[in-house]
Amino acid sequence: MSHSAVVDAAELARFRELQQLAYEAAQSVGEGLEPGVTERQAARRIREYLVARGVQDWFHTPFAWFGDRTAFRRFKVPLQFFPTNRRLAEGMPFILDCAPVRDGYVADIGYAGCLGENRVFERLMDDLGAYRQLIVEQVRAGNTLRDIYGAVDALISEQGYDNRHQVYPGRVIAHQVGKVHSRLPTFMVGGFGIRSLQTLFGDLLVERMHHRSPLWADGEISNHPATPGMWAVEPHIGFRGVGVKFEEILVVTTDGDAYWLDDDLPHVRRWSGKVATA
Amino acid sequence: MRTRQITASDGVRLAVQEHGDRTNPTIVAVHGYPDDHVVWDGAVAALAERYHVVTYDVRGAGHSEAPTQRSAYGLDQLECDLAVVVEEVSPYAPVHLLAHDWGSIQAWHAVTGDRMRGRIASFTSVSGPCLDHAGHWFRSRLRRPSPKRLRELVTQLACSGYIGFFQLPLLPELAWRSRLLPRLLGTLERLDPAAAAQPARPSLSDGLRGLALYRANMLARLGGPRERRADIPVQVLAPTGDPFVSPALQTDIARWVPDLRIRRVPGGHWLPRTRPDVVTRCTSELVEDVEHGRQARPLRRARVGGKRPRCADQLVVITGAGSGIGRETALAFAEQGAEIVAADRDQTAAARTAELAGLLGPQATPYAVDVSDGAAMEDFAKHVQTELGVPDVVVNNAGIGVAGPFAETSVEDWQRVIDVNLWGVIHGCRAFAAQMTDRGEGGQIVNVASAAAYLPSRTLSAYATTKSAVLTLSQCLRAELASSGIGVSTVCPGFVHTNITARTRFVGLNDDGQQQRQQAATRMYRRRNFTPDRAAREILRTVETNAALTPITPEATAGLVLSRLTPGLLRAAARADLTPG
Repeated sequence: MSHSAVVDAAELARFRELQQLAYEAAQSVGEGLEPGVTERQAARRIREYLVARGVQDWFHTPFAWFGDRTAFRRFKVPLQFFPTNRRLAEGMPFILDCAPVRDGYVADIGYAGCLGENRVFERLMDDLGAYRQLIVEQVRAGNTLRDIYGAVDALISEQGYDNRHQVYPGRVIAHQVGKVHSRLPTFMVGGFGIRSLQTLFGDLLVERMHHRSPLWADGEISNHPATPGMWAVEPHIGFRGVGVKFEEILVVTTDGDAYWLDDDLPHVRRWSGKVATA
Repeated sequence: MRTRQITASDGVRLAVQEHGDRTNPTIVAVHGYPDDHVVWDGAVAALAERYHVVTYDVRGAGHSEAPTQRSAYGLDQLECDLAVVVEEVSPYAPVHLLAHDWGSIQAWHAVTGDRMRGRIASFTSVSGPCLDHAGHWFRSRLRRPSPKRLRELVTQLACSGYIGFFQLPLLPELAWRSRLLPRLLGTLERLDPAAAAQPARPSLSDGLRGLALYRANMLARLGGPRERRADIPVQVLAPTGDPFVSPALQTDIARWVPDLRIRRVPGGHWLPRTRPDVVTRCTSELVEDVEHGRQARPLRRARVGGKRPRCADQLVVITGAGSGIGRETALAFAEQGAEIVAADRDQTAAARTAELAGLLGPQATPYAVDVSDGAAMEDFAKHVQTELGVPDVVVNNAGIGVAGPFAETSVEDWQRVIDVNLWGVIHGCRAFAAQMTDRGEGGQIVNVASAAAYLPSRTLSAYATTKSAVLTLSQCLRAELASSGIGVSTVCPGFVHTNITARTRFVGLNDDGQQQRQQAATRMYRRRNFTPDRAAREILRTVETNAALTPITPEATAGLVLSRLTPGLLRAAARADLTPG
């Protein structure tokens, strides 16, 4: 996942292609979820969908969260992130999160959906759009990652929600991604692919020497503007028993510009559709 | 008023009074013992503006004839009298019954019997049970005793002792003639603060003849109660300070009355006399519901049975509802079914809270108001009353923080913090307590103070002063409003992580220093990590239990205990400057 090399246009296209595939998997599995299906079954469907389309490895195994687990309620230990036998019921929100690796290219996406009607879910999804806008603007403005994290927190509190990405290990709202170069076998440890972990730990060491981090949180180490490269950004907001997120790649260029890798994604289409009809 | 005589089935002539337009829905009001139709004068004056109101003197009372034999006072005969009156005054449309005390006992007999089926549209009962229900109630307390049920039983037996006395020969008559009993009744009536200084003296003849009511019915009905169901809409007004009929006896009747509403009204036994406005309003609400399907919120709230959220159909007003504890309190109440009025100085924030509350519960209303502006608060309270009704719960939550040395706290700083933290609460209490008292159905006021109210600190002289003033104000008001059934609670949060730290003014510092202190305080509160939703849960519990003082965080509780056990230690600790940063 080295981000040191600046990615060229051809490579960006490959990243975009895999991100499209991952969202396609999540959306197709999400729309097919029926009452009574478990988180484990949903996660397996995503895995099968992607493996059938050439995915060889994972940054992390597919996750599926149903009901109030979408808001990580009562999560105390990381093991609780793994899919359980919780069953989906009418009106329940869900989140599907997967990070496939194909030919060294990585995608890491999050897809929020709901089985049937849920007013809280719809409201949260509408409000989530503001974060996509806010984050890219603040990165372009050259603000530090820590300040952007604070700005996201301020918006969450203004909207009356709570910050759920703080439940992720390291409280991260984003992490860097890049091509995986590794000779290690494809093997999973604690839900993460060891090839990806090798790259991540390598990055952690290199970045630490520059007093930076490939993990974007609200600590002192994030007190710098975004490092050029690709960031998988995953703002996750919650209200009562419902949580929603998106996760997609933000490209930061060497001259400090930033843009989302792809705008043709399910949640973006939802928001642009709403704006168009408004 | 039109008066006339109607002849009962056994030839007894009953004096009947009619008021209002005969084309309006008819309300028949039945008085109790030892009263006559005059007990309804206050309520009749108001009700007659919209309804055809009929009162009559029960046999043996007022201007009606008094048969001499005891058997003429049996409940079946009294039911028959009511039926004759209803037939005369409203031959075509069913009537709405309003009854008090013994009138209620008769009316219950009528609405649970067959004779008047289809002739009664609704029944509002004040301080009178169905004797058969009461018989079952006494028996069930004995059959399945529990500490609570036994306490209720003993309470009611103490209240009902006079009934046994009335069964004795001659002594009750003697008590009447010696004026002992009338004087006792006057004393009991004066226990209700709403009573007149000199309550109306019952007439000797009403008192003496009415004894037959007890002697002809009590033993038979209580000794051998039957299963009697009421199939019409019924509302029970149960005065909380009734010396004769305990609320438990009046209200534990849902198994016989499927369409039941119960309203506990602060007051004594003679509600029609002391609070005719409350009786009038409650009665009209039920009549309007039955006639036109307009169900007022208080009526919905009084509904018994069915699975309903804890705060269903309550109106809750919260100030400072745009963020922090205020917003979370609004959401917690909404989640339990309450209708929220979210007030905040920041219109956008108030609107956002109302929107979120509406996602969890009924539609909520935002309102932009600065609590320190007395006139604006008066307007706000009037607006709430006219648009939504009198609130059941008011949470005076808005507050700001000021910290720093006394000498550097300017007069403006003092004025601002006193205006918001103390005057804001005073304005909120003034505006809404008056509404609640007038409504006469109780309510709850929660004033959000702070642990600083009892924990002195060298850096919080201004803030802590306002908060301890709020605590004292609440405690005084609690004592004053108790007799109106309005509870006043103080909650003292402690370190709850809200945006108050980011907005606290640290006096004597430049802008950078301010910001640094604010950030440090915010970091400390965040590390403490006591979230405002937990504080909101405590506020809900405070409202439900009418607790006088609720410290919220553990450190607020510990501080409260220490302030009572070792005030000297806290005074010493107050010298430390604990401001972070």
